[in-house]
Amino acid sequence: MKTIKILGTGCPKCKKTIEIVKQVVAENNFDAEVIKVEEIEEIISFNILTTPAVVVDEEVKIKGKVPSKQEIIDAILN
Amino acid sequence: MFEWLQNIADLITYNLLEIDKASKLGEALNFFIYDSVKILLLLVLIITLMGVINTYFPVERVQNFLSRNKLYGFEYFMASAFGVVTPFCSCSSVPLFIGFVKGGIPLGVTFSFLITSPLVNEVAIALFIGIFGLKITLIYVISGVILGMLSGMILDKFNLEPYLTPWIQDLLTKAKREEKKLATEHLSLKDRFPEIWHETTDILKGVVPYVLVGIAIGGLMHGYIPQGFFEEYLSREKWYAVPLSVLMAVPLYSNASGILPVMQVLVAKGIPIGTAIAFMMAVVGLSFPEAMLLKKVMTLKLIAVFFGVVTLNIIISGYLFNMIL
Repeated sequence: MKTIKILGTGCPKCKKTIEIVKQVVAENNFDAEVIKVEEIEEIISFNILTTPAVVVDEEVKIKGKVPSKQEIIDAILN
Repeated sequence: MFEWLQNIADLITYNLLEIDKASKLGEALNFFIYDSVKILLLLVLIITLMGVINTYFPVERVQNFLSRNKLYGFEYFMASAFGVVTPFCSCSSVPLFIGFVKGGIPLGVTFSFLITSPLVNEVAIALFIGIFGLKITLIYVISGVILGMLSGMILDKFNLEPYLTPWIQDLLTKAKREEKKLATEHLSLKDRFPEIWHETTDILKGVVPYVLVGIAIGGLMHGYIPQGFFEEYLSREKWYAVPLSVLMAVPLYSNASGILPVMQVLVAKGIPIGTAIAFMMAVVGLSFPEAMLLKKVMTLKLIAVFFGVVTLNIIISGYLFNMIL
């Protein structure tokens, strides 16, 4: 099972990202757990400058934008 | 540049809808059609263009550049100039702030970037060109860069490190200057373009409703408020006009894109352009929600000093603009 973390301090873009990721996981029946990370201490531990960011199994895959569904699928599969 | 558009607007209001040319309704509607089409076109153009430029200046590269180069004061200018081409969502301000300071970039230089980046952004530039023309836009951009630069320099003089929140100070002492790998993907512009376009439409979706409402209000005022109406309250002779409009602007952040079209009418009806620019700078550059986000990394005292310096500089710019324009 994969762990997908969405990093963001609760801004509209971050909320949108969470929504899309959850949709993608549901639509594709991915075996993944989606976790919302809002604690700034944990967010910066990933060494990113811009949020929202999508982290798959502790690796930053997407940052600084609301991703498209395809980008999320790519991030989860690769 | 936009005469063809004026002709179309005239055609629709006076010929197609057959509204009397001298009527207030006609004037308001004509203004609305002309202005909204013009501003939408400019928004698409400028946001896409900025997306293209930004491809070459991702924020990671900016951080790298600033943390490796000590430029004898020139870094303030660089940070501020990077702020123009590197837009970031205000929700990123905290991780960005931490990343910069952790990377060894001085606090003052980080502030320069944080001030200019929201102040001179792609939406503001597009709206300024559409509403006040190229010359005023250039003045806005250049003075925005100078303002960010000077504010950063002033803030640096205050020696503010002790006013960061304790956990950040802790983090800074622990983190030896980290070696940063350039993790930015090297995609060609052609590959990046679909993404840039996607971002453009995203930004547009966010601002277009406000812009249209702003233009609609502007259109009504344009048609119905008599010339020189505001002169009495916010004219050049009133010394308090600039600070008053700046202070009024601080709580208005979220509707920045809607306010500019209204400003145009206010200027046409008698408010000096300098006061209007200062007002816009305050609307775009000083946001209360952003201040509250920064509470994670800064003590209230530091936030107050930060905002105080920027506000003061905006007010001074307002007076300067009114003197020279």
